[in-house]
Amino acid sequence: MTYRLSDEQIELRRIVRELAEEQIAPRAAEIDATAEFPWDLKELLARQDLLGTAVPAAYGGTELDGVGQAIVAEEIARADATTSLIPIVQKLGSLPILLAGSDEQKDRFLPRLASGEWLAAFGLSEASAGSDVSALRTRARRDGDDYLLSGSKRFITHGSIANLVIIFALTDPSAGGRKGMSAFIVERDTPGFSAPRVEHKMGIRGSPTAELLLEDARVPAANRLGEEGEGFKIAMATLDRSRVAIAAQAVGIAQGATDYALAYAAQREQFGEPVAELQGIQFMLADMASQTEAARHLTYAAAAAVDAGAPDLAYLTSSAKLVAGDTAMRVTTDAVQVLGGYGFITEYPVERMMRDAKITQLYEGTQQIQRLVIARQLLRRAGVARSKTS
Amino acid sequence: MKIVVCIKQVPATTAEKRYTSNLRLDRAASESVINPLDEYAIEQALRLQESGAVESVGYLSMGPDAAGEALRRALAMGGDEAWLVTDSALAGSDEWATARVLATALDRLAPDVALMGMASDDARGSLVPGAVAALRGVPLLSYGSELRVEGSVARIRRLTAAGFDIIEAPLPVVASVTDQVGEPRYASLKGIMAARRKPLETWSLDDLGLSADELQGAALTRVVEARKPEAKPPPERIENVSADDAATRIADRLAAWKVI
Repeated sequence: MTYRLSDEQIELRRIVRELAEEQIAPRAAEIDATAEFPWDLKELLARQDLLGTAVPAAYGGTELDGVGQAIVAEEIARADATTSLIPIVQKLGSLPILLAGSDEQKDRFLPRLASGEWLAAFGLSEASAGSDVSALRTRARRDGDDYLLSGSKRFITHGSIANLVIIFALTDPSAGGRKGMSAFIVERDTPGFSAPRVEHKMGIRGSPTAELLLEDARVPAANRLGEEGEGFKIAMATLDRSRVAIAAQAVGIAQGATDYALAYAAQREQFGEPVAELQGIQFMLADMASQTEAARHLTYAAAAAVDAGAPDLAYLTSSAKLVAGDTAMRVTTDAVQVLGGYGFITEYPVERMMRDAKITQLYEGTQQIQRLVIARQLLRRAGVARSKTS
Repeated sequence: MKIVVCIKQVPATTAEKRYTSNLRLDRAASESVINPLDEYAIEQALRLQESGAVESVGYLSMGPDAAGEALRRALAMGGDEAWLVTDSALAGSDEWATARVLATALDRLAPDVALMGMASDDARGSLVPGAVAALRGVPLLSYGSELRVEGSVARIRRLTAAGFDIIEAPLPVVASVTDQVGEPRYASLKGIMAARRKPLETWSLDDLGLSADELQGAALTRVVEARKPEAKPPPERIENVSADDAATRIADRLAAWKVI
């Protein structure tokens, strides 16, 4: 592993940062206030080829390495966490197809996802199956050349606007969630599929989080990913890789808050001098900067481990998500503190960043689930028998 | 139909400018960008290429090795190939030397239109387009808010106090455009990747058949002083006087300025 970004990665960061600062940052407050999905920014990101970074060139993607993908998510999140979810969720929804799709399925779906013509979503969570994925209840019954899907999904990011959602459902309930689950590509216009409701949220407010309803939704068997019963494996393989993007999002949020707090402290005068001259503020800024830097390096290391197909990649990706999510929460909270009362009002962006940061400790596995994943790897390495929770 | 856009690498607009001991801009000291006004020329050329009016778009720059980076960034926005003229004898070139070198390179490239931004962000001499046109003996279409090429003529639209003029000249021409041509595009990711494979050729003075002697030390002019603008005097404060007195003093001041 070389411990330096390549010239290409540095150039990528420059380009995405410029785009984010000029076109995305000025929109962030309005996106948050109106809670409307920024369709124009989705078009912009599509035009700049930033929605197909995980997809091979053969399918029209740009096939960046993991660190490059992390840089894209990070730099957009530095300006606006909601907008960063556009490439992040596009990757999350594309990964099951990349990992388990047949050549025919890849040909059929990946080009439209890589170009950004279509948006993808990942439909795993249910009202009673969050951290306990295996408790899911959505059913898929074979009916000739089709499956009939019935049940509901909750907390599905972009579920209401995606052109396709990867839906996980039980094909063999008697085998339980781990063995009896299968994955399906469900297209939006499928009869019986609907998104009746979106959540009202404290952060990432422009990103619709939907409840999905499947009422005997008829899905062709040709849209099943992998074999029956492989759904749990596909879901876990996806999450083990996708959570690096959430770590990168968290790093971006933390960096945005650090940058804003630093600039503010340099110009805000109290006691006759800029507050940045006060050691109490300097210590906070130093902690914010160094913790963000630490989270960034762990995130890049995890991204590189995914590229390398490291057998224990989940150890690093979960560690990165755990550290980066907690860093984003702490750093944005401190940014509000540096701004004092001004940090608490919506005229300044750090309160939004603080609200946005919270989700990075919750989605794609809570911080507690990350610890379980990390501990499981630790015990495996130490040759300890698998714990009850694994 | 072929356009060559002449671009210059300059310090980022927001960067603090530093000077070397002989009052040359220290280009290594700050982040460099494509001269923002040249980006409009690039955008104009690429729009003409997209509309089918122009077959090829190339970029020409004179500068240090690092200016190759600016050419790569231009190629990431679009276009086909680029040429960098770099030579240690060219350090500290003024507008005259720059125009000599660019004119010689353009003679070799023989584009239908040599397109430039209206000025550079660092020096702001605004002389190079006119000087290049004069040295090459071709018409100059300057300060265009739009450029078109049709058949054997180039045409610009130039904003004037009264409205606008349409000015045309037979090809080949040198043209310069303003920031009215349309916002420069961002390089796409595929554009950045494609740019790495596009040809970028480097020429020395020798390659162009020019000698350092001919360029007379690369400058006919010399910078004798570089100074920051003087800070404005602090605003006058009227304090601790009655409202009537304050109003009188404000009125007197406005009268002295002939505002009232």
